[in-house]
Amino acid sequence: MSSTLAGWLQALALVGALALCYRPLGDYIAKLLTTAKHLRVERGLYKVIGVDGDADQRWPIYLRSVLAFSAVSVLFLYALQRLQNQLPLSLGNKGVEPHTAWNTAISFVTNTNWQSYAGESTMGHVVQMAGLAVQNFVSAAVGIAIVATLIRGFTRSKTDRVGNFWVDMTRIVLRLLLPLSIVFALVMVANGMIQNFHGFHDIATLGGDTQSIPGGPVASQEVIKELGTNGGGFFNANSAHPFENPTGFTNWLEIFLLLVISFSLPRTFGKMVGDNRQGYAIVSVMGLFWVASAALMTFFESAHGGVALQAAGSAMEGKEVRFGIAASSLFASSTTLTSTGAVNAAHDSLTPGGGGVAIFDMMLGEIAPGGTGSGLYGMLILAIVAVFVAGLMVGRTPEYLGKKLGGREMKFASLYILTTPAIVLIGTGVAMALPGERANMQASGAHGFSEVLYAFTSAANNNGSAFGGLTVNTPWWDTALGLAMVFGRFLPMVFVLALAGSLAQQQPVPATQGTLPTHKPLFVGLLSGVVLIVVGLTYFPALALGPIAEGLH
Amino acid sequence: MSSTLAPAPVEETEAAPAHRVSSGLLDPKTLLAALPDAVKKLDPRVMVKNPVMFVVEVGSVVTTVSAIATPSVFAWAITIWLWLTTVFANLAEAVAEGRGKAQAETLRRTKTDTMARRLLNWPASQAEEEVAGTALQLGDHVVVEAGEIIPGDGDVVEGVASVDESAITGESAPVIRESGGDRSAVTGGTKVLSDRIVVKIASEPGKSFIDRMIALVEGAARQKTPNEIALNILLASLTIVFLITVSALQPMAGFAGAPQTLIVLVALVVALIPTTIGALLSAIGIAGMDRLVQRNVLAMSGRAVEAAGDVNTLLLDKTGTITLGNRQAAEFLPAAGIGTDELANAAQLSSLADETPEGRSIVVLAKTEYGLRARAQGELTHATWVPFTAQTRMSGVDLDESEGVARSASSEDGGGRRAGGIHSVRKGAAGSVTNWVTENGGTVGKDVADLVDGISAAGGTPLLVASKIGDAAARALGVIYLKDVVKEGMKERFDELRRMGIKTIMITGDNPLTAKAIAEEAGVDDFLAEATPEDKMALIKKEQEGGKLVAMTGDGTNDAPALAQADVGVAMNTGTMAAKEAGNMVDLDSNPTKLIEIVEIGKQLLITRGALTTFSIANDVAKYFAIIPAMFVSVYPGLSHLNIMALHSPKSAITSAIIFNALVIIGLIPLALRGVKYRPSDASSLLRRNILVYGVGGLIVPFIGIKAIDLIVQFIPGLR
Repeated sequence: MSSTLAGWLQALALVGALALCYRPLGDYIAKLLTTAKHLRVERGLYKVIGVDGDADQRWPIYLRSVLAFSAVSVLFLYALQRLQNQLPLSLGNKGVEPHTAWNTAISFVTNTNWQSYAGESTMGHVVQMAGLAVQNFVSAAVGIAIVATLIRGFTRSKTDRVGNFWVDMTRIVLRLLLPLSIVFALVMVANGMIQNFHGFHDIATLGGDTQSIPGGPVASQEVIKELGTNGGGFFNANSAHPFENPTGFTNWLEIFLLLVISFSLPRTFGKMVGDNRQGYAIVSVMGLFWVASAALMTFFESAHGGVALQAAGSAMEGKEVRFGIAASSLFASSTTLTSTGAVNAAHDSLTPGGGGVAIFDMMLGEIAPGGTGSGLYGMLILAIVAVFVAGLMVGRTPEYLGKKLGGREMKFASLYILTTPAIVLIGTGVAMALPGERANMQASGAHGFSEVLYAFTSAANNNGSAFGGLTVNTPWWDTALGLAMVFGRFLPMVFVLALAGSLAQQQPVPATQGTLPTHKPLFVGLLSGVVLIVVGLTYFPALALGPIAEGLH
Repeated sequence: MSSTLAPAPVEETEAAPAHRVSSGLLDPKTLLAALPDAVKKLDPRVMVKNPVMFVVEVGSVVTTVSAIATPSVFAWAITIWLWLTTVFANLAEAVAEGRGKAQAETLRRTKTDTMARRLLNWPASQAEEEVAGTALQLGDHVVVEAGEIIPGDGDVVEGVASVDESAITGESAPVIRESGGDRSAVTGGTKVLSDRIVVKIASEPGKSFIDRMIALVEGAARQKTPNEIALNILLASLTIVFLITVSALQPMAGFAGAPQTLIVLVALVVALIPTTIGALLSAIGIAGMDRLVQRNVLAMSGRAVEAAGDVNTLLLDKTGTITLGNRQAAEFLPAAGIGTDELANAAQLSSLADETPEGRSIVVLAKTEYGLRARAQGELTHATWVPFTAQTRMSGVDLDESEGVARSASSEDGGGRRAGGIHSVRKGAAGSVTNWVTENGGTVGKDVADLVDGISAAGGTPLLVASKIGDAAARALGVIYLKDVVKEGMKERFDELRRMGIKTIMITGDNPLTAKAIAEEAGVDDFLAEATPEDKMALIKKEQEGGKLVAMTGDGTNDAPALAQADVGVAMNTGTMAAKEAGNMVDLDSNPTKLIEIVEIGKQLLITRGALTTFSIANDVAKYFAIIPAMFVSVYPGLSHLNIMALHSPKSAITSAIIFNALVIIGLIPLALRGVKYRPSDASSLLRRNILVYGVGGLIVPFIGIKAIDLIVQFIPGLR
């Protein structure tokens, strides 16, 4: 079988599997977010943390809960890393440097999983399991919880209550993420992924050298790494490492896992607002961008320009021979479109076009399908902007799903779409203005610039993948990117929650013939156009100096 | 409100009255006249209210300083065109305001300083004093006689007068104003033509209707509407995004080895921020109000105009809106043994003295359907006319035939005529005429009673016709079928509204049976029969509870609460002061059908806003393709591939983009003032059309425009 055909079959199988999961998984999430029943274990948990599981919160209280929970998580994770040498199973690793510990704590709490360290040589098993893996679960759950409040904003009326964070969080972790992770971890182990508490094994290589090979609880962390669109690898090589991604099948499964929740959430949305067609419209836009990105990426990686690449026959630099071009391209597109940031190839070695696609994927704001929850709320915000402009064009003051989009709603939506580009562009601009910091680039010229642009784009959009090349394990970069991650994660959440609160208070306007239909192909096209134009216009100058300048000779 | 209380017939004037400013296209003269105002608006304290254009102004100042410091053709070209961009934006607003000012001027001329004759102790005494009209207080009573100007807004509390209201409405036919009832309101500045009235002043000095009208059309009271605020927020955030984009570009450009001059950076910012919609936004709002004024509707706030676009439910009064003001005779149904001609003749005779519209319609029907010439009352010299009164509910005629035969009636008077005696004919409500027949020794047969019931059941009004000749017993001749006549084209109008997603509810005082028949014929979605003001209020509240926006018209004082409750309440100018205060619009023509036009104007306003926003943002794509390669082609020659317009040089490319950006504002002013084309249809087809025209058009037009400008600009030395 040629690798192109294999690539096509893998992509088709992926689409089929995602389509199969869309309804049951989406409906299941909708149910767990709306049911009034608590499990016995949940009731017990609520008693322990002192929460009334039946009382919903106003949006500021919900926000306070999210922020408090995340702040405590950051502090705990920071302390855990700093005190690593005191912990068991540290494998002899030292306490992590302050700037790295700060960056890593932020990174995992914000669902970014940017890693300025090498996993196997920095973190012991306890930090990996009790610190990083726990955040892999809860940071993913926070995203889903936030989007739940936004959906409730659409479904509820005349109330100031948007849900209960502690209930949402508990249910998402216990009823969704944990069961799926356990099942798929077993599948992964069955396919050769490791799961042990071993330290380093020194082995003699065929070349006569010795090599130190680490073991560890990989499978348990790997599944939630993908499922929760986290992306922080156990090993430095991430999903290119044979212990983290042993076979072509696990590679396919990892792509599936990192897409499945985000692609099913539109169903949850449709189900909750009582019109599944709304979900289909949103998932169509996500799907369009995903297919387009994967196709473009594969095209650029296969259409090998350049002397070296032509001599080699294909752009295999930085790619695993086990996976080949098609599977690597599919992985790269999926990981940059989902805020996962796991990689099975070195993105620094992508062709200029492919690298440009990866950067652009992230610049879209992680919405196609995006991170767990965050992808959907990002897309819904853009849908609100699209509805606002298009709604005017049908001669009504705009309304989405019966909720009026007035000054208050547009204020929060505008602030949302303003935040990430501001962080990316200001961060990149400042870095480029500092001769010392930009010297950390590995490459020069346009490609070097792309490395910096990629880093800030990845951090601000909470993706976490890296172009590599850039040396980021310095106090300045750890601090700057840490700030980018914090603001890029929590400022948008503030605006989404405020928007949810504002929408929930409104009484819905009934839909008529004169209402803008938001479930038809026309709207799918419109929303895609708005996404493309808003993102394109914002980032075009920066892209022109990076990948475009590099690609156009 | 009861449907029998028909408002005075109003002529539907489609064309705007002569003294109003035309809504015609923009001519260069208008632009020139507005120029001084446009320049005045450059004051930063004014500009700052429009964040997008304020950024352009600041940019213009920066480039001016920069051009003075290091002069070049390019620097000055950009500087001049940036200033022009700002002025053009102000021009749009000034032109829109200018049209309102002209209207205000004509109104102000009517507001002469009238003297008022204040009654000191009315009604106890008639003593009066002369005071200035402006000195009148709320609750004062003034007397106004023929030839005098009414000194302030108020209600007639005594007397009847004909009033010339052309100063307000532009309608020259005088109207009747009388105490009590729903036609008691008078407006300051209008002139009493006959008789004498006492008016109770209902407005405070300086807050009269005319004062408010002047403030409204001048735009002095103009506040940003909720949707305008929301759009402004979006535009401001886009402006900030592009400011950041360009500010962050400089260090990136520096690293690439191509740091940009301040002038180029400012040019890029101005090209990217949504200047087109930013420049035209307030003009669109002013023009929307203005379009209403052209149709003689005064909106008390821009908010009301926006709400009109959102209306889900229209409450329309049956009489005057859906049906012609009055019922009309549709058919003559004779009793058994009576010829249709005889019935028609008797019907006509009995109606000659009936000056009600119903009576006139019977005469017309007799003529058109049965060839009976309308006889003038004077022709029948021996006739005693019995006029219609509310007590008898009958009209008719007594012909004294003993003294001679009525000349023209003689040939048609049928075989039943005998010499001598009095020939009486009566026509009226079935009950009254039945009584008359019985009193005069006759009986009304079952066949006639069946006809009466049949007509009632079909939603019509039956009028019984009977005659008595000499001393013979009176007999019923038959029934006249009076019918509500639905205005022409209403069914299509309602179909249109349905496609726009608007539900129509007919309000009538008729019984449910009659109401249902008319509702079906007119094609309204629903009806409220035997409606009282309370019913109307309850209906509005019920619709609003479901999240719907309701529009209605009204004129009576008892409509006032409902007018206030409705989201769009259009008060008729003929209505009471209370109704006018309660509504958020006043229709000077008092034409209830106009509610539909008001909805369309509201929608058109919103569509214009959305279309120009889309156009403005779509334009940016072409500008990028002009400016970005121009900025960086020196260090990355490969970027010349992006110069798909093949613009002459970097300098000409940037200049062309800026010139296009400025000219497109001027080019779109007429569209902003006139509003985009609006054809009532459902949301999907509207959206498809507007995206195609303003979205796709907005992508393509600037490519052509910038290229065309570049073809000229490239010959300017210094820009090559």
